[in-house]
Amino acid sequence: MTVRKNQALLTAEEKRRFVAALLELKRSGRYDSFVSLHNDFIMSDTDHGERTGHRSPSFLPWHRRLLLEFERALQSVDPSVALPYWDWTADNSPRSSLWAPDFMGGTGRSRDGQVMDGPFAASSGNWPINVRVDGRSFLRRSLGSGGWQLPTRAEVESVLSIATYDMPPWNSASDGFRNHLEGWRGVNLHNRVHVWVGGHMATGASPNDPVFWLHHAYIDKLWAEWQRRHPRSGYLPTGGTPDVVDLDETLRPWHDMTPADLLDHTPHYTYDA
Amino acid sequence: MPEISRRGALTAAAVLTAAAGASAALAPAARAAGHHHEAPGAFDEVYKGRRLQGRPRTSGGHHHGDDYAVFIDGVELHVMRNADGTWISVVSHYQPVPTPRAAARAAVDELQGAALLPFPAAV
Repeated sequence: MTVRKNQALLTAEEKRRFVAALLELKRSGRYDSFVSLHNDFIMSDTDHGERTGHRSPSFLPWHRRLLLEFERALQSVDPSVALPYWDWTADNSPRSSLWAPDFMGGTGRSRDGQVMDGPFAASSGNWPINVRVDGRSFLRRSLGSGGWQLPTRAEVESVLSIATYDMPPWNSASDGFRNHLEGWRGVNLHNRVHVWVGGHMATGASPNDPVFWLHHAYIDKLWAEWQRRHPRSGYLPTGGTPDVVDLDETLRPWHDMTPADLLDHTPHYTYDA
Repeated sequence: MPEISRRGALTAAAVLTAAAGASAALAPAARAAGHHHEAPGAFDEVYKGRRLQGRPRTSGGHHHGDDYAVFIDGVELHVMRNADGTWISVVSHYQPVPTPRAAARAAVDELQGAALLPFPAAV
C-alpha cells in the first residue's frame, strides 16, 4: 500500500529514489506528457465555459486523479516510491530542507530565475523544459519574491472550517470550501503557493517544477482533512449542472472515474498523519 | 511604470519587427479597461522594450474568455478573464490583475527579456 509522507520526514534514501524516478520519467518523455495535459486544461477551463481541472468543483477530484496517474507512473519506475507532500504551513522558508541540493534544489538566480543547484538544475542536463511558454529551457524559481508569504496554519484552519463544499456559480467566483482552498477567493491557499514558488510554478506550465506534485499532494491531503471534519458535507453539485462535472459524471481526459469514485482516497494510498 | 507616448510607441514598433498580422488594426492608445465586465478597449504600448498590444477579437465567442487578444512583440499571449472581471495569462496564471494590459505587463516582468512562444510549445 502506498503511504504518502511529509517530505520533511523522508530519509535520504527515500529522497534519492523519488528524484531518480522523476528523472527517469523525464528522460523517457512521460513526464512532459503530464505537463502538457495539465496545461491543456489550464488554458481551456474557463469561468463561463466547460471547466474540469480548475476553477470548478472538480478541481479536487481532477487533481486527485492526475496525481494517481502520476504516482503510478513513478511506481512503474520504482515500486517503492510514493508522492511526498509539502506542508507549506510548516516548511515555509526558502531555507527549508525541501529546497536543498539533495532534493528539489533551491531558488533561481535573480538575472533570469534559473535554478542553479540540485537534480533539476539546467547544469545537470537532466531537466530540459520542453513544454514551455517562453524561450527559456531551464527550470526557474523565485522563492518568496514579491513579498509573498506562504499560508499559515491559521489560514488553513479558516478554510477547513467552511462547511459547504462548493456553490453556484461553480467557478472562480464561488463561495465555499473548494474555491477558498483553490484560492480565487478569500485567504487564498493553493494559488498563493504557486505564486510564492514563482518561475514555472507561477505559469500555466507549472508541473515543469517537480514541487508541483508535492504541493498538490498537500492540497489533496487538506481535502481529506476537510472530509473528516464535515462528514455530512458531500461533493457538490450532484447533477444537472451545465459546464461542470457533477458527482456522477466522468472526468476528462481519463473517462474512467467520477468525483464520487474519488471521494475516498484510501483504496489507493494513505497519509502518514 | 514607464509609459511612452503614442508617437514613441509607433516609432519603437517600427523598429521592432512585428509578426504577421500584429501590426494590423492599430487602435488608439490604451483606454481604461475592465470595468464592470465591459469589453476592455484596445491598447498599444512599449513596456520595458517590449511591444504590447491588446484588442477585442472581431469574431469568436463571447462567453469563453477568448473575445480579447493580447500580443507581446507580435506573439499572442494566452489570456483569460475571470468571473470577477480580473485577468490572468498563461505566464502569470495564479495571480489575477485588473486589466489585460496589466496581464501583459506582468508577463513581460516574468519573461525577463525572453521571447514569448506560441503556447503550447514543445520541442
